Amino acid sequence: MFKIVHREELGQGTVILNEIEAPLIAKKAKPGQFVILKANETGERIPLTMADTNLEKGTITIVYMIIGRSTATFADLKVGDSFMDVIGPLGRPTHLEKVGKVVCVGGGTGVAVLHPITRALKEIGNDVTAITGARNKDLIILEDLMTKASNTLHICTDDGSYGHHGFVTDILKEKIENEDIKMVVAIGPVPMMRAVAEMTRPQGIHTLVSLNPIMVDGTGMCGCCRVSVGGETKFACVDGPEFDAHKVDFGELMLRLHSYTEMEKQSYAKFKGEK
Amino acid sequence: MADTKNKPGRVSMPEQEAKVRAHNFLEVPEGYTLQMAQEEAARCLHCKTPLCTQGCPVGVLIPDFIALLVKGDITGAARKIWERNALPAVCGRVCPQENQCEGNCIVGKRGEPVAIGNLERFVADWERENGSGQLPPHEPKTGKKVAVVGAGPSGLTVAGDLIKKGHDVTIFEAFHKPGGVLVYGIPEFRLPKAIVGQEVHFLERQGVTINCNSVVGKCISLDELFEEGFDAIYVGVGAGLPRFMGLPGENFIGILSANEYLTRTNLMKGYDFPNYDTPVPQGKKVVVLGAGNVAMDSARTAMRMGAESVKIVYRRSREEMPARGAEIHHAEEEGIELCLLANPTKYIGNDEGRLVGMECLKMELGEPDDSGRRRPVPIKGSEFIIECDLCIVAVGSGANPLLTGETPDMELNRRGNVVAEPGSGKTSKKGVWAGGDIVSGAATVILAMGAGREASNSIHRYLTLGW
Ligand SMILES: Cc1cc2nc3c(=O)[nH]c(=O)nc-3n(C[C@H](O)[C@H](O)[C@H](O)COP(=O)(O)OP(=O)(O)OC[C@H]3O[C@@H](n4cnc5c(N)ncnc54)[C@H](O)[C@@H]3O)c2cc1C
Ligand SMILES: Cc1cc2nc3c(=O)[nH]c(=O)nc-3n(C[C@H](O)[C@H](O)[C@H](O)COP(=O)(O)OP(=O)(O)OC[C@H]3O[C@@H](n4cnc5c(N)ncnc54)[C@H](O)[C@@H]3O)c2cc1C
Ligand code: SF4
Ligand code: SF4
Ligand code: FES
Repeated sequence: MFKIVHREELGQGTVILNEIEAPLIAKKAKPGQFVILKANETGERIPLTMADTNLEKGTITIVYMIIGRSTATFADLKVGDSFMDVIGPLGRPTHLEKVGKVVCVGGGTGVAVLHPITRALKEIGNDVTAITGARNKDLIILEDLMTKASNTLHICTDDGSYGHHGFVTDILKEKIENEDIKMVVAIGPVPMMRAVAEMTRPQGIHTLVSLNPIMVDGTGMCGCCRVSVGGETKFACVDGPEFDAHKVDFGELMLRLHSYTEMEKQSYAKFKGEK
Repeated sequence: MADTKNKPGRVSMPEQEAKVRAHNFLEVPEGYTLQMAQEEAARCLHCKTPLCTQGCPVGVLIPDFIALLVKGDITGAARKIWERNALPAVCGRVCPQENQCEGNCIVGKRGEPVAIGNLERFVADWERENGSGQLPPHEPKTGKKVAVVGAGPSGLTVAGDLIKKGHDVTIFEAFHKPGGVLVYGIPEFRLPKAIVGQEVHFLERQGVTINCNSVVGKCISLDELFEEGFDAIYVGVGAGLPRFMGLPGENFIGILSANEYLTRTNLMKGYDFPNYDTPVPQGKKVVVLGAGNVAMDSARTAMRMGAESVKIVYRRSREEMPARGAEIHHAEEEGIELCLLANPTKYIGNDEGRLVGMECLKMELGEPDDSGRRRPVPIKGSEFIIECDLCIVAVGSGANPLLTGETPDMELNRRGNVVAEPGSGKTSKKGVWAGGDIVSGAATVILAMGAGREASNSIHRYLTLGW
């Protein structure tokens, strides 16, 4: 069993952090990789990126936004409770390289996914600027960790309640215009990743995104996670989840994420009713 | 046919009525009673040179077990089957008997063959429900450790054999439940999951350790397994890579591989949504591409999930359909339509990216191709549209590279299957054996088990004598 040893509520309780005992996964995990979790016998298999790992304690950390039945079920688990199944590490690790100036852009819980990548890019000697965004001050997560993980951190809020008033792409634009940016990593909601991709495309700045299609097994046996990259079909769980942003068909990804919207609503309503 | 009149026909197994069963997930054939089983068993001639046994890939001693059944020694009959076949309750249900044991039965030359599969199923079910549950004898512990990768029929066979020979066995399974295709692919109404669960539990009672959630190649490599002290490894990871047709529009919502569709319904129990959390697409007008067992299972599942119509689209004719005759028959009884000599050319979607139809071409049969089957040739200008909101692609599966890609010193063939020595299952990597679908390509349960049996014999020789 995979016991929760630490739990935090972030962003006014909209986002949950769980540190889970999983020594074998912690030993193997690299930045950019994810796990699949199932809370109980009747649960769904849900992919979440590892935001951190601790080798000595044998733990992994996940950070997730409560948006539906499964994440709400996860959020109800307390310290001492266990996930029934945790599988990983899955996916390819981020290809880490010393290139010079790097910008890491994160939105929503994408910041959690971005954290280990940002830290690793800095550790190998890149000059890393991190830009994170949220709708308002209360929804900002992992500010301390991101400050440590990067050389410079910029925070943006849509309503101006904290940091820069505006979008993460505003700051990114400034950076691109004034500095010799070699690489950009963007992780967050699909529209944000698409906007970043469009911004770096003209200069041909190498841009990585981490895609979040719906998954089942996470081992390449079902094809549920298909995404179109450079006109080819890829399975995000084994070929990704990171891809060259300039080649990704974001429109298709956005549509496919709505495959089960009606049933998801039904399932979440039932869950809330039972509580 | 005057002759067959004097010979009673086979005792038919009661089945759920088609109209009823097309809406539930309960098993279709309901099983023999003891009386029915013994009546059917009495039809066996107890041949001196039993052709039936020659037709069985693992050589079950058929007349011997049938004789014990006739005498009323059902436990003895079960033991007799177990000598050759570790999963008779499964094989009795899913083996293509018409091409194997029953296809060879001498009684079948003049009439209907002895219902060997049904009898095997009866004996195994009876023993499971009424038997003592006594464990088979084990040889003294050898202190050797074997890792089995993949808990499908092939891996389970190896585990069962080697634990009896005194070795320690640990199974590593990627999914959260053991059983392979038996739990994620073959539907509940053909193979109740409780049966697979009990077979697995039987191994655990004998001391086999099962580590689920262990994706070998990702969580741990083969070399790391050796470092952890395993003396030999068996790779039985199956044919887990779905094939798609590469048609325009293939990523519209509502187009799923059979692997995904069946995993969602069977393994994740999506047919019981929302009591189980995993959604399964609710197609009203469903098309299934392909005509093998997997296609039949997908089509029959879609019907049970509430479809208004289910069509199987296949480019050849009925004769070439690779599925078992009994399965095609069951599917048609349940209202599934066959749309033969038709080949899809593209998918049609709406502006939400959802599937609304499929364009197909009519085909006609031309000259025989390499496989000896008449080649389907498209008829020019014969395009037509099938309206559909769910398409399940069941056109085969290949070798999943997840583990093999991480194991460069294990030789693969052109198609990505592991190369293993016939008869022993030895791979090019020292201390590693392989068998089942990952070696043969997608085949059958009994062949996967047969390969497991050969490998376990070879592994035992290695652990006692050397490579
Ligand atoms: C590789 C990967 C890494 C991810 N990492 C994170 C992370 O670190 N933090 C985080 O908050 N979220 C992450 N996600 C997204 C997360 O998996 C979904 O938010 C979660 O599955 C929603 O489940 P739900 O039942 O609560 O919501 P639901 O109501 O079921 O679904 C809400 C939306 O989530 C998506 N979704 C639903 N089921 C799945 C599924 N099985 N697999 C993937 N997406 C699904 C769909 O777009 C759906 O419309 C990641 C996704 C992927 C593929
Ligand atoms: C829908 C369907 C219907 C079928 N119907 C019939 C039938 O009626 N009769 C018949 O005889 N045959 C049938 N077959 C074929 C039969 O099921 C297979 O030939 C048989 O299951 C192969 O056994 P196996 O042990 O080689 O592999 P599998 O049963 O595929 O098992 C392999 C196991 O390995 C696991 N695995 C994969 N990769 C890894 C990894 N890296 N690490 C750890 N574990 C891993 C998988 O999760 C799986 O559990 C059917 C197949 C399908 C898909
Ligand atoms: S294992 Fe299969 S082929 Fe062999 S006797 Fe049993 S049903 Fe027939
Ligand atoms: S061939 Fe038929 S009749 Fe002969 S032993 Fe086998 S089952 Fe009995
Ligand atoms: S999630 Fe099944 S292939 Fe990627």
